[in-house]
Amino acid sequence: MRINPEPSAILGQKRGKTRESPMKEKAKILDKDALQRALMRIAHEILEKNKGTNDLCLIGIRNRGAYLAKRLAECIERIDRESVPVGILDITLYRDDLTLIAAGPVVHKTEIDFDINDKNVVLVDDVLYTGRTIRAALDALNDFGRPRSIQLAVLVDRGHRELPIRADYVGKNIPTAQNETVEVRLEDVDAKDEVVIVQKD
Amino acid sequence: MTWTRKDLLGLEDLSKEELELILTTAESFKEVSTREIKKVPALRGKTVVNLFYEPSTRTRVSFEVAAMRLSADVINIASETSSVRKGETLIDTGKNIEALKADIIVVRHNSSGAATMLARNVNISVVNAGDGWHEHPTQALLDIFTLKEKLGRIEGINVSIVGDIAHSRVARSNIWGLSKLGAKVLVCAPSMLVPPGIEAMGAQVTTDIDEALKNADAVNVLRMQFERDEGTAFPEQLDYFKNFGITAQRLSKAKKNIIVMHPGPINRGIEISSEVADGLNSVILEQVTNGIAVRMSVLFLVAQAQEKKHEPTD
Repeated sequence: MRINPEPSAILGQKRGKTRESPMKEKAKILDKDALQRALMRIAHEILEKNKGTNDLCLIGIRNRGAYLAKRLAECIERIDRESVPVGILDITLYRDDLTLIAAGPVVHKTEIDFDINDKNVVLVDDVLYTGRTIRAALDALNDFGRPRSIQLAVLVDRGHRELPIRADYVGKNIPTAQNETVEVRLEDVDAKDEVVIVQKD
Repeated sequence: MTWTRKDLLGLEDLSKEELELILTTAESFKEVSTREIKKVPALRGKTVVNLFYEPSTRTRVSFEVAAMRLSADVINIASETSSVRKGETLIDTGKNIEALKADIIVVRHNSSGAATMLARNVNISVVNAGDGWHEHPTQALLDIFTLKEKLGRIEGINVSIVGDIAHSRVARSNIWGLSKLGAKVLVCAPSMLVPPGIEAMGAQVTTDIDEALKNADAVNVLRMQFERDEGTAFPEQLDYFKNFGITAQRLSKAKKNIIVMHPGPINRGIEISSEVADGLNSVILEQVTNGIAVRMSVLFLVAQAQEKKHEPTD
């Protein structure tokens, strides 16, 4: 499994430059330990629901979903001593607002080098919000095959859905206002593990 | 880096960062063509018109495939079968295409500057697919993309361009693009086919083919454009092959892994021997494959530069 190691290519993709923005932090929701415990619990739940790792694969949505998928796979391996295939999905080309995005969307590579037909696919993303990213991801997966099932794991569900989509595994439910943003920071790209709520201007 | 140009007219105007954005976006698009379903919905509902005033198979089909893999609708207009024969001007044709609510015109024309003139007169996007002797930006981009894929970098590599430099828009676009990205470009041709001012573009010049091959990491072999022969300055075909043709014997004195490129169509036995064209150093067919990814990248970038913007949501 390959993950683009270049932080400059990672930062500033999905939500502009929020991770470096001067917006005001309101509250820390998860620290390093709590984040790791949430991932471990989700890993257990995935194994319980799918009765092990048979036909199981994880597909993370760029950018932070890809890192979370890798970390979940490590948790699963620690619990079950089985490795599961991990893929990376870039949903840019499937967005419903593709040509409208302010910063000019950056297209990154999709890397799914295993067959997803008849597999149980767990889609992984950092924050579930409107549901439009997941809608795009479902469309994209359609072009790769016909999984037996697609499940959704997110670290944070912040509400405000605009589509009939829900997660199967949630690290933490965080009720938010529309003018707030949930930032998931991960060691692999942001130097530390934490989830914070920030206030938009 | 954000792409803001509605048109791609040449590589002369582009910054290093813009060139790099096209190339990295193309890397992502290359994967699409390896899928079982080779299509993404990025340009769904957009219309691309291929407007070709010169014969072309490779470039037109490549643009057509690229547009289709982005889910755009494609219309092809060839000048021989269109109102151009009734005397319609390029600008009038362009304005009519705009009135049909097309989004992108891909234009190939025998006059240098045609694409630029068209772009000034329509609001929709214009992509230059070759204008006279001026530029053929997507060909150079796919050449550079192929080099980067093979060598891992462009900065500091030695690229020799051999052949009819004077009549070659491919050579001009390659010189602009490669030198902006830090490659060293050497052009090699009979002196009558080296246009004045080529050094000012950033290339060195030689008339000695062995010197051109000696230090090259890659050689881009251009087609001898005998159809442009006006009867005076052209070498005889056989003489050209003898003095400048890329043969296995000449390559044996070059770097072992030298990359051999050719934009096509190939004239076997004139600028390149069959043995080399089909040999291990040749990446000629990979260039064709990469052309799709590069053109998808260009069509995608110019199309999204057209739209009004808002902040994305999750």
